[in-house]
Amino acid sequence: MSTTTSRPGSLDAVNGSTRTHTSVLDASDTFHHRHLGPSEAEVAEMLEFVGCSSLEDLTAKTVPANIRNHRTLKLEGVPEQGLGESATLAKLAGYAAQNKVFKSYIGCGYYDTITPPVILRNIMENPGWYTQYTPYQAEIAQGRLEALLNFQTMVSDLVGLPLAGASLLDEGTAAAEAMSMCYALSDHARPEFFIANDCHPQTIAVVKTRADGLSIKLIIDDPAKFAPTDRMCGALVQYPTTDGRVECYEAFAAKAHAAGALVVAATDLLAMTLLKPPGEWGADVAVGCAQRFGVPMGFGGPHAAFIATKAEFVRKMPGRIIGVSRDMQGNPALRMAIQTREQHIRRDKATSNICTAQALLAIMAGMYACYHGPEGLRRIALRVHTYAQSLRAGLLKLTQGVSDSDFVFDTITVTPKGKTQAQVLDASRAKSMNLRAHADGKISISVDETTTREDIQHILACFGGTANEDIDGLAKASQRDLPAKFARQSGYLTHPVFNSYHSEHEMLRYIFKLMGRDLSLAHSMIPLGSCTMKLNATSEMIPVTWKSFGGLHPFAPREQTKGYELMFRDLEKWLCDVTGFAAMSLQPNAGAQGEYTGLMVIRAYHHARGDTKRTVCLIPESAHGTNPASAVVAGMEVVPVNNTPTGDVDIADLAAKAEQYKDTLAACMVTYPSTYGVFEEGVKQICEIIHANGGLVYMDGANMNAQVGLCSPGEIGADVCHLNLHKTFCIPHGGGGPGMGPIGVTKALAPFLPGHPVSFPETLKAQGAGEHAIGPVSAAPYGSPSILVISWMYIHMMGAAGLKKATQVAILNANYMAARMKGHYEVLFKGKQGMCAHEYIIDVRPFDKSAGIKTDDIAKRLMDYGYHAPTMSWPVPGTLMIEPTESESKAELDRFSDAMIAIREEIRAIETGTISKTDNPLKNAPHTVHVVTSNDWKHPYTREQAAFPLAYTKGHKFWPSVGRVDNPFGDRNLVCTCPPMSAYA
Amino acid sequence: MATPPADRVYSQSHEWHKIEDDMVTLGLTQFAVDQLTDVTYAEMKKPGFAFKAGDIVGEVESVKTTSDIYCFVDGAIVETNKAVADDPSLLNSDPYGKGWLIKVKMSGKGKLGECVDAATYAKQHG
Repeated sequence: MSTTTSRPGSLDAVNGSTRTHTSVLDASDTFHHRHLGPSEAEVAEMLEFVGCSSLEDLTAKTVPANIRNHRTLKLEGVPEQGLGESATLAKLAGYAAQNKVFKSYIGCGYYDTITPPVILRNIMENPGWYTQYTPYQAEIAQGRLEALLNFQTMVSDLVGLPLAGASLLDEGTAAAEAMSMCYALSDHARPEFFIANDCHPQTIAVVKTRADGLSIKLIIDDPAKFAPTDRMCGALVQYPTTDGRVECYEAFAAKAHAAGALVVAATDLLAMTLLKPPGEWGADVAVGCAQRFGVPMGFGGPHAAFIATKAEFVRKMPGRIIGVSRDMQGNPALRMAIQTREQHIRRDKATSNICTAQALLAIMAGMYACYHGPEGLRRIALRVHTYAQSLRAGLLKLTQGVSDSDFVFDTITVTPKGKTQAQVLDASRAKSMNLRAHADGKISISVDETTTREDIQHILACFGGTANEDIDGLAKASQRDLPAKFARQSGYLTHPVFNSYHSEHEMLRYIFKLMGRDLSLAHSMIPLGSCTMKLNATSEMIPVTWKSFGGLHPFAPREQTKGYELMFRDLEKWLCDVTGFAAMSLQPNAGAQGEYTGLMVIRAYHHARGDTKRTVCLIPESAHGTNPASAVVAGMEVVPVNNTPTGDVDIADLAAKAEQYKDTLAACMVTYPSTYGVFEEGVKQICEIIHANGGLVYMDGANMNAQVGLCSPGEIGADVCHLNLHKTFCIPHGGGGPGMGPIGVTKALAPFLPGHPVSFPETLKAQGAGEHAIGPVSAAPYGSPSILVISWMYIHMMGAAGLKKATQVAILNANYMAARMKGHYEVLFKGKQGMCAHEYIIDVRPFDKSAGIKTDDIAKRLMDYGYHAPTMSWPVPGTLMIEPTESESKAELDRFSDAMIAIREEIRAIETGTISKTDNPLKNAPHTVHVVTSNDWKHPYTREQAAFPLAYTKGHKFWPSVGRVDNPFGDRNLVCTCPPMSAYA
Repeated sequence: MATPPADRVYSQSHEWHKIEDDMVTLGLTQFAVDQLTDVTYAEMKKPGFAFKAGDIVGEVESVKTTSDIYCFVDGAIVETNKAVADDPSLLNSDPYGKGWLIKVKMSGKGKLGECVDAATYAKQHG
């Protein structure tokens, strides 16, 4: 090939970097040109449109020279141009083959499960379900809102408490959140919390870390010794206990309540189909994990944890809540309720620092309940329980040390007799089985939905049984009724939604019916500023559901998880390379959790140096609300720093405050590029000022998509940074979770990265990290490992050149759209040379005065044009923040720009008096098919303008399924479980 | 903006205080509720709650935001408005009348001096 013509998709065509020789014999399924929206020719055209000669020229005009790095990312093991899709998949398959999928009887909160194939393929592996954003735009999110309402109803029914949230990150953090909630409900007047010592060890450890940050004193003891005082805000018990016993906590709860303390039950949804639910024996809060409802173990996640409580505690309950309201036409419509509890409003007073949920996994669990129904779930639970009973009978027959009197659900704990613990474990591993070993020589065995007669025979054989034990005989012999004090009497899942979709056709159609109500990336660009809704490529997603990644228990022995370890090592190295840091912890499960972890690491660093007085955290006013919320959870005192009118940090104010608090300064949190979408010139100076006053710099990595390959937090001078892998590194948003928020740190902070009491994250050691590890922040050592393969695939397929170009094209796409909107909308903030970063803010405040049009009206009208709104009123009220990402083609950017311009014309018609201020296409948006086809059309504009405002909508129309949702009505009349079917009549 | 009622004084945080001997009725101004938009929830501290001027005496919430409520006298709450707790939209429809929040038995004038009269408040937030 000639050196002047480029192969289509070649990375060097425009930016002029060193050419690599390509041969016609090279792989044709290269990835980067699939990931990037614009073609080479379009890139050139767009560059000209924004007045730049090349991507390098654009970069020079956008990124301040003093932070630019000119190194090429090393990305060990990855060709600079990336590797083709099939070859990368093959390489990862090689890693996966080094994982050994044993039958898991480890339990401890993670159980094997059968994901119904109809759910696996049509939800978990379906971009129509996994590429949506959080359902803030309710009118185009009714599908997942209903699915999440099903989840809430399911949880609420099963645990016997009226109010359930739309999921939390994992059981450990849910327990920690419940503790914070008890503390807040005591008006922070009761600084002690009790934890029963038979809770899952990782739960205890995660709660401990959180208690440390909040300065809550933990009392971890035998629940029989529970002696609450008026200093205690609450108590946590595990029901059933970690070693499998079902205990009655009625007296325990009465004792707690008499002392004014609340009771939190960590519980198991499957067991609740048989057992008296916590809400019926006095628990005030229930938490747990819905993993065993059809979500693969995935070596620890992602899964949907849950929290449920009494209605009167709603304003202190953390996490998202889906509620029922109505639309403009009076039809039932769902939306997120009481959002004022969240960080973007309450900042340091928020109920929690965690924004996100685990929407996709909660939806799967809810659908599992819909598919099986109450009878099906009960049958699964009874089967599991009967296997557990049979196992116990078999062990007793073998005269093993096992209690005959304890009541159990699915877990048997046994002291081996005639064999050592090691011998039993060896025998189990020889049969590809994992049992749970306790330090005191006991062994626990948890059976699950996948267990068979043969499995029980194999387990018994490890204790000296014969391979042909009569399991049916054991089952019969061990059958006994549930004791009345434990047996569930109340009904559950009686709502039609759990009793209608038991055939696969019905289920499939229900899944697609709901999916059709949601706008996802499968329809159009979702230009949400600060959220980076880029391509979630199919090749990246495929390995997530490989059994060799999905089938591993988080506490499986290390020799069975070598494939994961290889993948973690690569990812840690690559992400260190990208961020300019020395070590990386993959444990945090969300961006906000990364913030909390990073601040806890900073705190531990100061404490290790005897600097215990350093508790002040400087946070600019323009910061995302999670920053102050996380600082509070990490036990820090928030001191706000002013912004200049252009959104930059007011460096004079920062310097003054850093100086004022120089003896107590712990950290400063800064987002880069700024939340206003600008590469601030003074960022290095900010880091220097903080360091000079004894503090450390926490960089919020939300906007990392503008940095990769061009500059890095480490080189800018930050000490910690979290990465939102669900933004920059292609993990899909899942309609509101999962996410991942790993943190990178400098060498000085590496020793403090979080550990884990059950299974220490091995790869920390190779990074020189974890020596003085803080406690875990997630239930699993590596957070949500099964989705880390997505980021691994992305980086490997892109290579250093592809990643850098992705950043440049992201910046180009934003600047191109900003230029297209010129003359129609004012772009508020720009860098020194007139460029925005990877996102930009347009001002719509003037339209309120000129036409009575607010951000909401524009957002809802965009739906009629087939688009999801940009980020609204953040960080500046009355504005829209637009982030197209690099994955959108020029055609799509133009379509969106055309839509925005057309809307501007509609506003102009109001301004000029051509159309009414109160009855116009914006105020009435979005227009449903029912409204448009109604015989009763009285608006002063046509139906065609309402529904098909631009030509392209005729070829590809997305219909919002409800009209504009009445938010105040829903918050004034809170309903957070499935309404009776009559409501839909 | 219409001039607020002249029979009370106004704080910079947008609470009105109507003083009748040692009894003070407190509510939010029209300007404040317009800023909040549709109020969805109001929770005041309970009768008997004693406080110093400038303390938080409750909280109101709209779809968009939450706002703490301050009282500028020293005293104790004697009554909260049940009608508002049941129907927070009263705050939007009649902030100076049916939308009152609490009645306070005043024990000291506290920071009342920081409050302004109706005309001044109207000028500041017109």
